[in-house]
Amino acid sequence: MEAIILQILNGLDKGGAYALIALGLTLIFGTLGVVNFAHGALFMLGAFVAVTLNHVMTLEKVVLSETETTAWGTPLEIRTPYIEDWFGETGAFLVDYSVPFALIVAVPFMLMVGIAMERGLIRYFYKRPHAEQILVTFGLAIVLGEIIKKFYGANPIPQSAPEAFAGSIDFGSGIVYPYWRLVYLFFSLAVIGAVMAFLQFTTFGMVVRAGMQDRETVGLMGINITRRFTIVFGLAAVVAGLAGVMYTPILPPDYHMGMDFLVLSFVVVVVGGMGSLGGAVAAGFLLGILQSFASMQEVTSILPGIDQIIIYLVAVVILLVRPRGLLGRKGVFED
Amino acid sequence: MSTATAAPVSKAIPQVGEPKATSKGDLMTLAIFIAVVLTAPIWAIPIGAGYPDLLQKFAIFGVFAIGFNILFGLTGYLSFGHAAFLGGGSYIAVWSFKLLGMNILPAVLFGTLFGGLFALAIGFVALRRSGIYFSILTLAFAQMSYNLAYSVLTPVTNGETGLRVLRDDPRIFDDKSGGYDGTLIGNLFGLEMTGYTAFYFCASVLIIAFYISQRIFRSPFGLMLRAIKNNQTRMKFTGLNTRPYALTAFVISGMYAGLAGSLMAVTDPLAGAERMQWTASGEVVLMTILGGTGTLLGPILGAVSIKYFENIFSAYNKSQLLDTFSFLPDSIAEPLVSVLGLFVGEGWHLTLGVLFMLIVIYLPGGLMEGARRVSAMLRKRKAEKTDASSGQTTPAE
Amino acid sequence: MSGTLKVTDVNKSFGGLKALSEVNLNIESGTVHAIIGPNGAGKSTLLNVLIGKLEPDTGTVMFNDISLLGMTPHEINQVGVSRVFQTPEIFGEMTLLENVTIPCYAKRDGSFKINPWPRVDEDEDVQSKAMALLEDVGLADKKDVIANSLSRGDKRRLELAMCLVQEPELLLLDEPTAGMSRADTNNTIELLKKISARGLTMVVIEHDMHVVFSLAEKSTVLAQGTPIVEGKPDEIKGDPKVQEAYLGGAHL
Repeated sequence: MEAIILQILNGLDKGGAYALIALGLTLIFGTLGVVNFAHGALFMLGAFVAVTLNHVMTLEKVVLSETETTAWGTPLEIRTPYIEDWFGETGAFLVDYSVPFALIVAVPFMLMVGIAMERGLIRYFYKRPHAEQILVTFGLAIVLGEIIKKFYGANPIPQSAPEAFAGSIDFGSGIVYPYWRLVYLFFSLAVIGAVMAFLQFTTFGMVVRAGMQDRETVGLMGINITRRFTIVFGLAAVVAGLAGVMYTPILPPDYHMGMDFLVLSFVVVVVGGMGSLGGAVAAGFLLGILQSFASMQEVTSILPGIDQIIIYLVAVVILLVRPRGLLGRKGVFED
Repeated sequence: MSTATAAPVSKAIPQVGEPKATSKGDLMTLAIFIAVVLTAPIWAIPIGAGYPDLLQKFAIFGVFAIGFNILFGLTGYLSFGHAAFLGGGSYIAVWSFKLLGMNILPAVLFGTLFGGLFALAIGFVALRRSGIYFSILTLAFAQMSYNLAYSVLTPVTNGETGLRVLRDDPRIFDDKSGGYDGTLIGNLFGLEMTGYTAFYFCASVLIIAFYISQRIFRSPFGLMLRAIKNNQTRMKFTGLNTRPYALTAFVISGMYAGLAGSLMAVTDPLAGAERMQWTASGEVVLMTILGGTGTLLGPILGAVSIKYFENIFSAYNKSQLLDTFSFLPDSIAEPLVSVLGLFVGEGWHLTLGVLFMLIVIYLPGGLMEGARRVSAMLRKRKAEKTDASSGQTTPAE
Repeated sequence: MSGTLKVTDVNKSFGGLKALSEVNLNIESGTVHAIIGPNGAGKSTLLNVLIGKLEPDTGTVMFNDISLLGMTPHEINQVGVSRVFQTPEIFGEMTLLENVTIPCYAKRDGSFKINPWPRVDEDEDVQSKAMALLEDVGLADKKDVIANSLSRGDKRRLELAMCLVQEPELLLLDEPTAGMSRADTNNTIELLKKISARGLTMVVIEHDMHVVFSLAEKSTVLAQGTPIVEGKPDEIKGDPKVQEAYLGGAHL
């Protein structure tokens, strides 16, 4: 029983990441009609916003100590981040909380990236075949990944969670769960809730949802669709970016994490049902949990390698049995 | 791709299809193609590609792209999983070396067959859906194969280290008598596959592969495959069963990929899982669209261009760039070099990504489309000239 | 080369809505039979049942002596039923000649045959047959044109040629003149008349009375999913039930 609860918990944070990426993907599918293969790259960019902020905050001032010396007799170098030097305790606090603080930086940054992407590239592809949309965004994903590789190298860069969340929480009876993963779970639920509320309760959201149902009619109603498209894309980019920022303490980011997550998130979208927001969220968590179960020792000893392929396997079965996915609607992307 | 012909057509010039491909014209193309391929070791020297290694790559990726084009170019099904067949072909070929010996014929044969069988299994499932669902299904299958090759299948694939031929492998048909245990280089009945010998073997395979693809393009079967891309509804209501046609195309292109994979093992008897990664699938897509999807020569042109520029770009480094631009004043040369430096050496993949985008945005028909546009422009200019000179005799409309 | 179509007791409902109730039709060999009725009368549902796209709740659809129910579209075509769509379904990016060549092969080789070696352009039989059909519909001079660049009327002609080259026994036409100009409509009617002289059976689903009266030998009027009147166009014109169904005969 404990093992099962633990596996569910383990799956939830990963599922949260899948759900957040898939949410944006399906939002873009549904409203803009675009297959965005660069969405994983947005997740990765978010992660590197956190890395960059941490780098900037920990820029160090080097002072030669007047009293202490090293073992070789040279004066000891004392390295203190500028930010601590200037702000003292507050500075140390800022460094410690660099990941959550990166969220604040990531929102405007990802919004800008998203808007630039939509205005500069995606909008020219609304009317082009899906194959070309896939190809051009695939190219963009490579470009973004390579740029990050140029600046940050090919190796993963570990980030740490704030001191207060570094440890694990003991639920008793053997269930030990890292704090940060719990934070991530609540964070992803909060973001999903916020996005859903935004779409549910604002006029803007209403139009977007109507657009997902029937793009033509909304266009005919004389509503300025193009501006809304841009904002939707920006929103999806922000969601993916925030998901990336918060994921850094769980998985050290590297330049190709975007592609890894993209493939899985696509599977999530397909399983959930193309164009269904609820489906994307449900499938995200479901597949996260499934994956975590599949990697249990008891399971892999019976079905070796199942943890590597479970998600794809589920996708294949779902596509064959329920071509529209768990919660997919008729007529969305059926060509 | 479909947009290429969807452009508005002026009334004066009726839009016509590809220039009439006659059997005579095709023979001519084939003859020129053979001549160009066989003389590659000569003409490649002045462009700095005169190494057998690189020429082998041209031929191998040419085969891969030709096969991919039979699926994507004719039927319009965009597979993101062809690397699985390529990698699978490589593994099987190396196993053929390990078990049967270093003769390349069984290796190539089994590699090709395996590519076909693997494609049959995956295609049978994936082709139940079309459009992006199909792309994602193929991608999922390829990632699955890649993950398995790295983990559970390690006894077969040797995991991260990669599979290679060892001295104490059975190699039952190799002559190991008299203390001599044979070389670990692939051979064709004793003819060792190194350098230009290996190139000419790959080149012969490329020529055959091209000829087969040419026949398919002109045949009733090819016509049906193009019909799939055009209008499946009409096809069904014309009494044609679309799925077996698409599946056959998928299997054929899987066999081409398996063949290409086994050729890789022929020129260098080892195989690794990275050949199955989505980047490799993406590369063959890029080759095909760069050259011209659905054209006969385009994919080969695309494969050669990409491998050629990969070779040139990744060989460059910063100091060479600085040398190249040494004639410029430092204030210009240095920033220029640091920008260009992003795209060379390790940055080759960045170039590839940018190229990918530029092609899709500006030239979805690929290089062949570009060539057609240029020649049409020249013809028009020529026609205008003759019009101008004969203007007096043409009655005004 | 003409067949009979017999629809017996077909019922079809969607949820609570009855789209077709007790439809009985007997379409005789070699006739042009129109199925008419106001919007929402169930014409398209009936057509979809005929071509195997929809399974009726009850009833049978017999073509000659073959039941069409449960057959896939390509199987239905292979037994001799061709279909013309409301919006012409053609192979848009292929030449006209290629468009007509494909059905030739479908007729000759069946629903699936791997035939990768011979050249299409050297297949004299098929080429001449396809050319003959293009000539019949007056498109021979455009044989190398890409189909998408044709006018709506020409696309319809091409689609007809594609159907006729298979020498079907039954041709189903779904509003063959929908969205056409007057001139195109008249041309199409002339062409259809010419085709009907070949002796095949034709079923025309139509909205436009002008087309029905100039073409059909017999018509069935559908209202709310049930055939209310069947007869020659003249008989139908004066029938009060039809007038009522058409809101006081506004269309007549």
